[in-house]
Amino acid sequence: MTRKQKRGVLIGTAVAILASAAIMVAFALRDTIVFFQTPSDIAEGKVKSGERFRLGGLVADGSVERGQGTKVKFAVTDTLQTVPVSYEGILPDLFREGQGVVAEGRLDANGQFVADTVLAKHDENYMPPEVAAALKEKGVKLGEGAKHPGAKTN
Amino acid sequence: MIVEFGHFALVLAVVVALFQTVVPLIGTLSRERRLMETARPAAILQLLLLLTAFLALMQAYVMSDFSVANVAANSHSTKPLIYRISGVWGNHEGSMLLWVLILASFGAAVAIFGNNLPLSLRANVLSVQASIALAFGIFMLATSNPFLRLENPPIDGRGLNPILQDPALAFHPPFLYAGYVGFSIAFSFAIAALIEGRIDAAWARWVRPWTLAAWMCLTLGIAMGSWWAYYELGWGGWWFWDPVENASFMPWLAGTALLHSALVMEKRETLKVWTILLAILTFSLSLMGTFLVRSGVLTSVHAFAVDPERGVAILAIMTIFVGGGLALFALRAGELRQGGLFAPISREGALVLNNVLLTTAAATVFVGTLYPLLLEGLTGDKISVGAPFFNMTFIPLMVPLLIALPFGPFMPWKRGDLIGVSQRLIATAVLALVAMVATMAMTERGPWLAPIMMAVGVYVMAGALQELAYRAKIGSAGREEVLRRLWNLPRSVYGTTLAHFGVGMMVVGIVATSAYQTEKVLVMKPGDSVDVAGFTLVFNGVAPNKGPNYSEQVAAFDVTRGGQPVITLHPSKRIYDSPPQPTSEAGIHASWRGDLYTVLGDAQEEDGGYAFRFYFNPLVRFIWLGALVMFIAGGVSLSDRRLRVGAPNRKSRSNAPAGAVAAE
Repeated sequence: MTRKQKRGVLIGTAVAILASAAIMVAFALRDTIVFFQTPSDIAEGKVKSGERFRLGGLVADGSVERGQGTKVKFAVTDTLQTVPVSYEGILPDLFREGQGVVAEGRLDANGQFVADTVLAKHDENYMPPEVAAALKEKGVKLGEGAKHPGAKTN
Repeated sequence: MIVEFGHFALVLAVVVALFQTVVPLIGTLSRERRLMETARPAAILQLLLLLTAFLALMQAYVMSDFSVANVAANSHSTKPLIYRISGVWGNHEGSMLLWVLILASFGAAVAIFGNNLPLSLRANVLSVQASIALAFGIFMLATSNPFLRLENPPIDGRGLNPILQDPALAFHPPFLYAGYVGFSIAFSFAIAALIEGRIDAAWARWVRPWTLAAWMCLTLGIAMGSWWAYYELGWGGWWFWDPVENASFMPWLAGTALLHSALVMEKRETLKVWTILLAILTFSLSLMGTFLVRSGVLTSVHAFAVDPERGVAILAIMTIFVGGGLALFALRAGELRQGGLFAPISREGALVLNNVLLTTAAATVFVGTLYPLLLEGLTGDKISVGAPFFNMTFIPLMVPLLIALPFGPFMPWKRGDLIGVSQRLIATAVLALVAMVATMAMTERGPWLAPIMMAVGVYVMAGALQELAYRAKIGSAGREEVLRRLWNLPRSVYGTTLAHFGVGMMVVGIVATSAYQTEKVLVMKPGDSVDVAGFTLVFNGVAPNKGPNYSEQVAAFDVTRGGQPVITLHPSKRIYDSPPQPTSEAGIHASWRGDLYTVLGDAQEEDGGYAFRFYFNPLVRFIWLGALVMFIAGGVSLSDRRLRVGAPNRKSRSNAPAGAVAAE
């Protein structure tokens, strides 16, 4: 093999791998990303039916129904709109009324959000940035723990 | 008093770092020996000062000195001693102190063991290393000082997040940081080489042991984090493609590529410019990891103690070092002498393929992790990129890498023979086919791809062993000859074999768990029983229990298999005293066949039943065992005599990582 051919094979392989990776990334980004929506977004009709998305907001006070078989029901609110959610399984330990939550799933025909995942978090004070931003956008005042997740206040 | 002493030591360390950044560099620019020689004592002094600061903070934690704001916010007097110690790095301020301490440890290790380095190179390396310490030291003093006192100390502290009170997690951050920060040495060497405008095979020989040590620590650190998440979080998973996980995985991928490209540079004096670039990129990804984890800009399930405002400061530091490093690279790379070309089918060619695939994989993880930030900046849409993205992009890049992997070590340098190597791998291929058929026979469902991927895992494991057998002439030479050869093989050969074997183990574990996991969610009353993957579990009710700093509800399951009693499992729900936070403790029966995993859920309102979640995760322990084997492989390689060539004394290489770890 000449020097030119050697270089050609090396560069060709590298370019081929990079190009196929780029194509895969482009397709994957089109097909697999899920959007983050708030209850107000749903009320405004921003969510297509059957589309998979992430729902974020606060767990509405007094909405959690546990202990009825393996199904759990609760509602997610951004204080302007509220969406009922059903979930089969065991809720994360830090799931609590009045706290931020992110769930992933789809809307059913009755406007109920059927979640297959409720994101666990490890820190009580942690508020997912999307939830914090979405609530701020809606003009909701947050407690100090939520404004600066984990910030030491003393 | 001791706390003030520690505070003072931290300030002094920053001053020493400033000195160590400036003076040796002036020395190399003006060729003044005496100025260059100051780097070494400065690096050692810096380590001693930071160690003093760290021990002072640890003392405050151990003695529960709640007049220190950091201790009051993160510790509690009833916490067991080990978690009072690990609490030092379980928070932002303390973890940054650990970060700079490890940084200084690596710098001091270069100063102490780098006798054979040319004086100017050593001065430049230590100067760059100190500049990183300087930036983070100022950052700590300005925004994250762990030594601040409270005017009115509380009677007791607020406690450490209970899920961090765990043995695996106590040691996860130190290993992870040793990995992240260890790559700073490769970065400093790269920058020093660019400043000098000269680079040769010796450079790779000096850098490789440090990179290997960092890579080992990062491997173990990530595996510990994954293992902890698996048994502590109660969702039965071991990897989530969460931004915080990706943040540690990207430097690992780049660091793995760096290890392999430095090999080519050392042996064949080629790929020099690429290796330098990779060294800069690997540490840049480590800095980015620190930024992503500390700032909380991305939604993560693993977010602890994040602070967006301080994140901006880390972003600024990162920009300076990454931008500066890359700019210097762009300016100087053209002046470095290129090495020769080589045939595509050769050891070099195989290692280039490894590098292309690993860095491309790192790039896809990078895109997937940061795309949400980019899109939000551009359009305001908030999105998340999850496991499906990474399965579609990352796995297709790993499959060719795994298939090519056993070929690499068989290939001679310069020019190889693909057909000859394939013939040598026939036994490996046969074993892989047997594994595929066995997988199909033993499972009833699961994706069609899974048996093939199981075969790939077995093929990588067997390929590693076959290479060793080939070198030792097992099967073709007499017993004595084989033993003599095995005895004489360099330890780095064993390191390679072990590391690649570990990769195969990991693939087997990942595929088996992902494809053949059993999951059941159901409500049970005392006396009820359930069958999970061949086990029969009888629920014996729930009882309260009191621990040292928590109270809990504990369920009891008698587990039998084929009528024989196996174990009694106790999944529980705990409420910690301070902070009053609930956690779930999974009940796990681990075996080679797989893990039986039970989680206690909510009590039923009416009939005294409880919700439960059960998993059976086949072969799951191979994932972490594979990582452990890779860690050990790194240690075996580090003990190789050839890596010590050019090292001043025989202890230096093996002591360096141990020293860095012991320093915590």
